[in-house]
Amino acid sequence: MSDEILDEITASDYKYGFTTAIESDTVPPGLNEDVIRLISEKKNEPQWMLDWRLDAYKTWLEMEEPEWPNVTYTKPDFQAVSYYSAPKQKKELGSLDEVDPELLRTFERLGISLDEQKRLSGVAMDVVVDSVSVATTFKKTLAEKGIIFCSMSEAIQEHSELVRKHLGTVVPKRDNFYAALNSAVFTDGSFCYIPKGVRCPMELSTYFRINEANTGQFERTLVIADQGSYVSYLEGCTAPSRDENQLHAAVVELVAMDDAEIKYSTVQNWYPGDADGKGGVFNFVTKRGICERNAKISWTQVETGSAVTWKYPSCILKGDNSIGEFYSVAVTNKYQQADTGTKMIHLGKNTKSTIISKGISAGKSHNSYRGLVRVGARAENARNFSQCDSLLMGDQCGAHTFPYIEAQHPTAQIEHEATTSKIGEDQIFYCNQRGIGTEEAIALIVNGYCKDVLNQLPMEFAVEAQKLLEISLEGSVG
Amino acid sequence: MIKINNLQARVEDKEILKGINLEINPGEIHAIMGPNGSGKSTLSNVIAGREDYEVTGGSIDFEGEDLLDLNPEERAHKGIFLSFQYPVEIPGVTVSNFIKTAINESRKGRGEEPMEAREMLAKMREKTALLEMDKSYLSRSLNEGFSGGEKKRNEIFQMAMLEPKLAILDETDSGLDIDALRIVAGGVNKLRTADNAVMVITHYQRLLDYIKPDFVHVLYNGRIVKSGGPELAHELEEKGYDWIKAENA
Repeated sequence: MSDEILDEITASDYKYGFTTAIESDTVPPGLNEDVIRLISEKKNEPQWMLDWRLDAYKTWLEMEEPEWPNVTYTKPDFQAVSYYSAPKQKKELGSLDEVDPELLRTFERLGISLDEQKRLSGVAMDVVVDSVSVATTFKKTLAEKGIIFCSMSEAIQEHSELVRKHLGTVVPKRDNFYAALNSAVFTDGSFCYIPKGVRCPMELSTYFRINEANTGQFERTLVIADQGSYVSYLEGCTAPSRDENQLHAAVVELVAMDDAEIKYSTVQNWYPGDADGKGGVFNFVTKRGICERNAKISWTQVETGSAVTWKYPSCILKGDNSIGEFYSVAVTNKYQQADTGTKMIHLGKNTKSTIISKGISAGKSHNSYRGLVRVGARAENARNFSQCDSLLMGDQCGAHTFPYIEAQHPTAQIEHEATTSKIGEDQIFYCNQRGIGTEEAIALIVNGYCKDVLNQLPMEFAVEAQKLLEISLEGSVG
Repeated sequence: MIKINNLQARVEDKEILKGINLEINPGEIHAIMGPNGSGKSTLSNVIAGREDYEVTGGSIDFEGEDLLDLNPEERAHKGIFLSFQYPVEIPGVTVSNFIKTAINESRKGRGEEPMEAREMLAKMREKTALLEMDKSYLSRSLNEGFSGGEKKRNEIFQMAMLEPKLAILDETDSGLDIDALRIVAGGVNKLRTADNAVMVITHYQRLLDYIKPDFVHVLYNGRIVKSGGPELAHELEEKGYDWIKAENA
């Protein structure tokens, strides 16, 4: 009985599948040095940036696409991708009134009214639509504290030295195939700098959205928290429905200096493909942070979208007493494949890490947790606790766990717990008997299962994440 | 309130209920007794609407409506409550969140407005006190790490919150020590009104010392083979079920 119901429930359509008719300025498909020069030129970049890109491109040419993730897909044709697309804008925008009304309507359909966001929640947003930032808000309040929060393009112009000093220090150009590609062709992203001792007074938020058909998105994000500062950064994504596979290869670098704390939260809902597994976004992301002395980086992610995901938000615990955390909910449905997890690299003394991973597999999907805990030779008294749970819905999906542990110091304490469970017919009937319909029952059970992770999200984001989980798993109950 | 007429049901290929006839009126307490495997739990599951049980004949009329046409949650909305023999665990969902969802989904099902938060809170306080439960119960994950007794008490707490018309208590006494049994039974008695009814399913006389039935029925081999007043339960306690088995051999 429950399998049939689960089938129906998990067969609902992607709700954010629409595209916006905005005039775009797109370069023809293909990748070579000229395209990179063109991107750099269009963005009016300094010479060092172009050189950096070209160096990354050369590295990339010699690299191979990784085969080790537990996913199968047709490899993208990199010459068929267009590497730059910018919504045509007449001039710099001073306020929301000047933003294309069509674009504003898109945000409204997504439930992200900038006005509402500004008025109600005090969230400053740097909205990225197809590679170019079109609206930046709350700049003034932030500027008073000396906080820089802007698009990467602007940062390269205005804060060139800061960018140059830190870009590629956490994720080097040659780190992996997609990081190298991103380094060569990234078009935009966000930049954030919190000065010494400053506690950022609001959640910083960016919404990414792929909009142009066939346009690869290569976002680059750099967050720098100077000594003793604190910032909470939110990132959320939704993408319109497409037939062709769309490539998304972002790089996020976090730098937490001595005594600083960065909390980075993501809700990801890229188009997962249709009921037959056709289309959908390829999400190959490199996210990593480095912690200096007493610093803390906390990654929280709710991943519901994309056809194929590989993503391992990681922490390099370089400084003594630094802390890394990873809280993740990954939902796969239909034919989605996810290979996600984290790496906690303990280098400093008394470093601590916590990993809480909750996988949910439905439909014919495959969900893998892959995590590395490494304790270096000088990491005295390093501690890790990992908990990796898998929840299965139906009998055609798969859950896999690949934990790697490398301890080079005898004092290391590493704990790993893992469970696999199924939403039981018993649980659903119990809820039904109390008057709770099957769809609500599944939402209730799933939310309960993910609670430890959802609790880590900032309030306004937690609500959105809960909604997303429900949408990802809902359908009509027959 | 409920009229069960010649009810037959099976699980997979096994015929379990072979023609049950039973009528329960508002204000009454009926005890269903019988040896293991006689069909007691099947009867409660069929009334609650569990899909694994296939009804092959007969009817159940609940306040003039054919119950068999309704899905389990609709039956709950109409006022049918089953206290489970083995309550399930739902990790991460607190007792208070669960009962709040149950009450408001039931209200929605009946076309009513959700209950005010203040009213809900007051009611939770009242009912936990009634069942001598510590308030910390409310913030624990539903049945997770609960002892057998706590699980049963939590079932009766939910019954108290939902105020059903017909409550079916399936082996609520199993796993309870004497003190817990007294509290649970006391709770059930206090919730009794002239408008609601209780069906108590049990092996033993023990629970019936606390919840006094108006009628006792003996279920054996898928049929009610004997009905009587409270004295029947005592007779069973003395003679054991072999007496029934011999009579129906």
